[in-house]
Amino acid sequence: MSLLASRSARRRVSARIGLYAALTAGALFAGFPVLWMLSSSFKSNANIFAYPPKLFDGSFSFAPYLAVLSNPVEIGYFVNSYIVALSVTLVTLVVAVLTGYVFSRFEFPLKRILNVVIIGVQAVPPITLLIPFFGIMVGLGLYNTYQGLIITYVVFTLPYAVIMMTAYFNSLPRELDEAAKVDGASSRSILWRILVPVSVPGMVSVGLYTFMISWNEYLFALTLTQTDDRRTVPVGIQLLMGQNNYLWNEVMAMSILGSIPVLVLFLIFQRYFIGGLAAGAVKS
Amino acid sequence: MTTNLLTPAPPRDEAVPAPPAPKRRHHRPLGARVEPYLLISPTVLLIVGLMVVPIVIVLGYSLMDNTITNPSPKFVGLGNYLTVLSSPAFWGAAGNTLVFTVVSVAAHMVIGVLFALMLNSKTMAKVPRAIFRAIYILPWIFTASVVAVLWRLLLDPSGVINYLLESLGVIHESVPWLGLPQTALIAVTAINIWSGYPFFMISLLAGLQGIPSDLYEAARVDGAGPLRQFVSVTLPGLKPILYSMALLDLLWTTQQFTLIWATTGGGPLGATEMLSTYTYKLAFNSYQFSLASTSAVLVLAASLIVAIFYVRRQRKEER
Repeated sequence: MSLLASRSARRRVSARIGLYAALTAGALFAGFPVLWMLSSSFKSNANIFAYPPKLFDGSFSFAPYLAVLSNPVEIGYFVNSYIVALSVTLVTLVVAVLTGYVFSRFEFPLKRILNVVIIGVQAVPPITLLIPFFGIMVGLGLYNTYQGLIITYVVFTLPYAVIMMTAYFNSLPRELDEAAKVDGASSRSILWRILVPVSVPGMVSVGLYTFMISWNEYLFALTLTQTDDRRTVPVGIQLLMGQNNYLWNEVMAMSILGSIPVLVLFLIFQRYFIGGLAAGAVKS
Repeated sequence: MTTNLLTPAPPRDEAVPAPPAPKRRHHRPLGARVEPYLLISPTVLLIVGLMVVPIVIVLGYSLMDNTITNPSPKFVGLGNYLTVLSSPAFWGAAGNTLVFTVVSVAAHMVIGVLFALMLNSKTMAKVPRAIFRAIYILPWIFTASVVAVLWRLLLDPSGVINYLLESLGVIHESVPWLGLPQTALIAVTAINIWSGYPFFMISLLAGLQGIPSDLYEAARVDGAGPLRQFVSVTLPGLKPILYSMALLDLLWTTQQFTLIWATTGGGPLGATEMLSTYTYKLAFNSYQFSLASTSAVLVLAASLIVAIFYVRRQRKEER
């Protein structure tokens, strides 16, 4: 009896060791590249490919970050990214709230078709839209402008935002607005005074999604902008990479700086991210 | 994080099913009747003007001899389609896209399941679980532009990965992984695997928590070992998620542009040319806008096929 018990205890211990060994291996796979980026961003450029490579060599300094942050062109990329991403988030949120409200609370002809179109356009590959967008933006005089990029990203993020806001409003009890309607409130005041204040979690999810897509987008930022004063961070990173004989440490520093907004948002709003992400695949 | 357009489906009560509003339209004033149309007009304008119209435009371009650069393009019917579909470069790109996508999706699935199971292990305490989960999600934080420069650094001939492989005796001299036609496709696929698995893992983690624990207990009572439990309880429980995620991932990965463009640019010698980079180059490097539009329409058609499967799947589950 005791022999059996100790054998199963031993098996449990070895299973545990095995689990932690596997977890550590996985953590190296996931985390080592990020750690290397971080350590490279503090090295001197001469030491980037030092042999043998060391995670922390003697050359630790903030110089690469200072170089990025003291360069007006690079600061400009960040400013552009913030202007574009924040504007897109604001516009998409307002438009999606209005549309989600209508989809959730009104019946009207064409609703079904509109719904199908909004769901369907999400499958359209960006590369398919790129050529006509280029033509349209040049034609409208929006090539190489903030407005051009903002409209582009609003269109890209709107379908999902509308679907999410509609779902959120659908989850709110109808008694909320019925009562106000009986009291003679207009649809507009029902939306802004009653529904919007209780929809903050849904709006946070949509806002985070929208901000991230806009902050990270590369293909259209590359194609629809031409000069440094309109380019965004993902394009800026590639440009920094292409010039100056590979200033690896500065490229890594800029990559880290460019990832910080998403990282910070993720840390603050983790449950919204994971909720939104998981909602896609999890069916209760 | 991808910048693709198709995003995970929202909670299921989303789309149409709002209970029909009571029909007393004749009581309502005109203002109230047009109000919903006013409120949705920005969305309709944007979606029609910048999604539907561009698709019509790109379809039109694909039927013309060269547009944009040509002041008076002529209608050429399906001529461009014949040109593109008989071009070895197109099929080369299609083949690379297929390999890149299938291997990426399969690996995302395997790694996603494996990591989700490890993180879900009952023997782990809360704190290490949270730490490991945070580390495992890390690759998802970084956008493709950053992922590309990071891996160019890691895979450089004098970079750390070559050093490690040499020290382990796997290779005898450093390999320019992204610079050789034989290794470049493997390298970009590996990079894409690294950057894409967390999305699977997170969804599967949520899915695992949704499998009732009495199913495992019942299996244990019946004498099922860990492997048997995995095959008979875990996998069937995860199947709907795996299927949906695989289709979404298929759609996203076939559309991947940035990662390829910023690592190899489709080279060397077309070894990593994807349909996205092929189309982009036709348009913006050789100014063959009509042929590029044709290729873009073919990519759209392929995406729609996958999307139809996805939507049908979602419908089936809603029932």
